[in-house]
Amino acid sequence: MNPIISGASVIAAGLAIGLAAIGPGIGQGTAAAQAVEGLARQPEAEGKIRGTLLLSLAFMESLTIYGLVVALCLLFANPFVG
Amino acid sequence: MFFSLAAVEVGTHLYWNIAGLTVHGQVLLITWLVIAIILTVAVLGTLKLEQVPKGLQNFVESVYEYVAGIAQDQIGEYEYRPWVPYIGTLFLFIFVANWLGALVPWKLIELPEGELAAPTNDINTTVALSLLTSLSYFYAGFKAKGIGFFAKYIRPTPIFLPINVLEDFTKPLSLSFRLFGNILADEIVVSVLCLLVPLLIPLPVMVLGLFASSVQALVFATLSAAYIGESIE
Repeated sequence: MNPIISGASVIAAGLAIGLAAIGPGIGQGTAAAQAVEGLARQPEAEGKIRGTLLLSLAFMESLTIYGLVVALCLLFANPFVG
Repeated sequence: MFFSLAAVEVGTHLYWNIAGLTVHGQVLLITWLVIAIILTVAVLGTLKLEQVPKGLQNFVESVYEYVAGIAQDQIGEYEYRPWVPYIGTLFLFIFVANWLGALVPWKLIELPEGELAAPTNDINTTVALSLLTSLSYFYAGFKAKGIGFFAKYIRPTPIFLPINVLEDFTKPLSLSFRLFGNILADEIVVSVLCLLVPLLIPLPVMVLGLFASSVQALVFATLSAAYIGESIE
């Protein structure tokens, strides 16, 4: 096993997760802020807002999960380690 | 004891050779168990139908209403009826599979290789489910519009043709990766925490995992219904 390939794979796995977490983090923050705003304006719409928020949070989270899948491939099923 | 419970195995499988094909045995075992559980509840719940539902029939009816609500919200009042069985099957299968993998201490059952877990933490299961969704939205589109279904590829302008074609590939890709990644991530996070602190500390993460996996079942069913509704309208 080539040590450079192993090291590069581990660094790449860390970067994949870390970079993939930035965008969804900002997005989830914005979504939650808007949901709180909507709640403050219309407290009676709580159930509907909560459902929509959870669903859209799950969508944003899946972007990080794509990074995670890449990281898992690099760590456990690396195609370059011959 | 705790350490053997917490150890995680990624990429090891119990291989079965069936007629020249290699299959992941541990995934099939739990899949059959999930199917058996859903079938048992469904059959027992509808065995003795009464005008005023009570007990299990009541539960099954509320599950049906929830699942039909998902299809109705996405596909629309007039077209959703024939798709309730498909959307309901997706939701119930993924939900029961995720919770079965999270709630039952499968580590107590020793396998020669690999470990029993939720079938959705194997990419083959999720890819199969999402390809089924692809097939069914093509079928729905053809049934509703015939050959005119292909008109959606050059909408709003023919310049969008490559993007629209690409979308047909990214839809099953994102569906399957989302489900697979979420379930596997939950299991890895729980087992890493168990490795560090075997007692009490992983419990909130496990509860979060239960919640997240039920949301993933809902997301998969909702998105499938949305794709089907998109090609019908």
